[in-house]
Amino acid sequence: MNKPLVSIEHVHFKYEGQEEYALKDVSLQIYDGEWLAIVGHNGSGKSTLAKLLNGLQYPEKGRIQIGELELTEDTVWETRKLIGMVFQNPDNQFVGTTVQDDVAFGLENNGILREEMVERVENSLKQVQMEAFLQQEPHQLSGGQKQRVAIASVIALRPQIIVLDEATSMLDPRGREEVLNVIRELKEDHDMTVISITHDLEEAAKADRMIVLNRGQLYREGTPEEIFQLDEELVKLGLDIPFPVKISKMLREKGIPVSKSYLSEEALVAQLWTSHSGK
Amino acid sequence: MMDKMIFGRYIPAESPLHRMDPRSKLILVFAFVCVVFIANNAITYGILVVYTLFMVLSSKVPLHFLFGGLKLVFWLVLFTLILHLFFTKEGEIIFQWGWVTIYEEGLKKGIFISLRFFLLILMTSLLTLTTTPIEITDGIEILLDPLKRIKFPVHELALMMSISLRFIPTLMQETDKIMKAQTARGVEFSGGPVKERIKAIIPLLIPLFIGSFKRAEELAIAMEARGYRGGEGRTRYRQLRWGLVDTLMLLLLVVIAVALFFFRS
Repeated sequence: MNKPLVSIEHVHFKYEGQEEYALKDVSLQIYDGEWLAIVGHNGSGKSTLAKLLNGLQYPEKGRIQIGELELTEDTVWETRKLIGMVFQNPDNQFVGTTVQDDVAFGLENNGILREEMVERVENSLKQVQMEAFLQQEPHQLSGGQKQRVAIASVIALRPQIIVLDEATSMLDPRGREEVLNVIRELKEDHDMTVISITHDLEEAAKADRMIVLNRGQLYREGTPEEIFQLDEELVKLGLDIPFPVKISKMLREKGIPVSKSYLSEEALVAQLWTSHSGK
Repeated sequence: MMDKMIFGRYIPAESPLHRMDPRSKLILVFAFVCVVFIANNAITYGILVVYTLFMVLSSKVPLHFLFGGLKLVFWLVLFTLILHLFFTKEGEIIFQWGWVTIYEEGLKKGIFISLRFFLLILMTSLLTLTTTPIEITDGIEILLDPLKRIKFPVHELALMMSISLRFIPTLMQETDKIMKAQTARGVEFSGGPVKERIKAIIPLLIPLFIGSFKRAEELAIAMEARGYRGGEGRTRYRQLRWGLVDTLMLLLLVVIAVALFFFRS
């Protein structure tokens, strides 16, 4: 890992008219080129964190540094150019009347010249495999397709960081798979930094690093392997454990030698079907 | 009912009218509304009818569709005609039967005014039939651009229009979903006395309204996250092109207007 791209230092935040802090003394670093998953139960403060990152809310105490800039009301429009957000509801972030208009919306806002816009719209739709849908209207698309358009709209603006705020939670398994594959490709091709805020631990398992939030506080930080070792503790926080991890654990309890908790089904299957040939 | 309505419907086709710039079409329809009032005798109305017929034919909108959709309008036109027949009492009596007396002027005025009404509706329908709503919005935004100087929120208005257009199908889908959900809970939307049916609309409207407000809020956040900060310094993706056909169509209307002045009595 290299230099931190985003650093959040001792951030406190409370919604107006509420007693309890949504975020209490949260500090964390996000590094250039990593995929960070922020997980937590409802009300753990993870969505609040996303809002703070994009300057939709400002911390009460503490500071947020994005790239060279400290996020304040004066720099918010600059920092927003560095961070692209994909939100939860596929319909409520589709501004344009057609796919191409929606991707162009962000470009229009930033005063990009038309010739370049045409090129960027086409290019970014190609990257999410939606180039055949230029003229389509949102109600003709599936949820996964709409989210891919939302990702295209974000990458058309060439941000350094993509924040997925529960971006796959309203999708069916196929749509979720589509979206995550697109993100993975983008990350590999363009070295983007991805922050996925989610309560889906299968999605989080694909990240490089995980952060667990609980009641507005940082609970744990580590690689997915390390985090899933917590096991019962996660369940107590209202989080579920990915299926392969659960199976690995149950197999071990039955006395079948599974060397570690596997995060993916493929890895677990590979271990199982070769387990006798090693002897 | 819904598929026979033609107001606000767009019929895709390859025609000179479809290819026209929305700006020129808007100007054309607006000018036509004024030009219609120049006509005041048989020759001038004849010219207008021929002109409108020419426009209808060059739009390539299927005639049975156009006139089928205007059925309701036919009744209105007929109603105007009858009103004029009975209530204009000028000129010679051409028909008398019992208490019904029809005067010459009444017949003339009735025919002219209902014809005028009909032509106006035909031309404005042609505008929406050959132009997508978003094109109309773009056209209005650019035509009204000078009003920005007097602080009239042209951009905001156009954006509001385009967002409403974008959400119409989404809200229709949502209405359908809520209707099904409420039907499953025992609400009857069809059948029953009128009073009951009106009552049944409430459990449909309330969730729809609450949902729309939530959508609006989320949409505003998403727009802001993508750098939206008003019309200032924005560029445009959709472009309008003024072509030869636009100039020709406007010239044709000018010729028609001059001819009407010449032949009017």
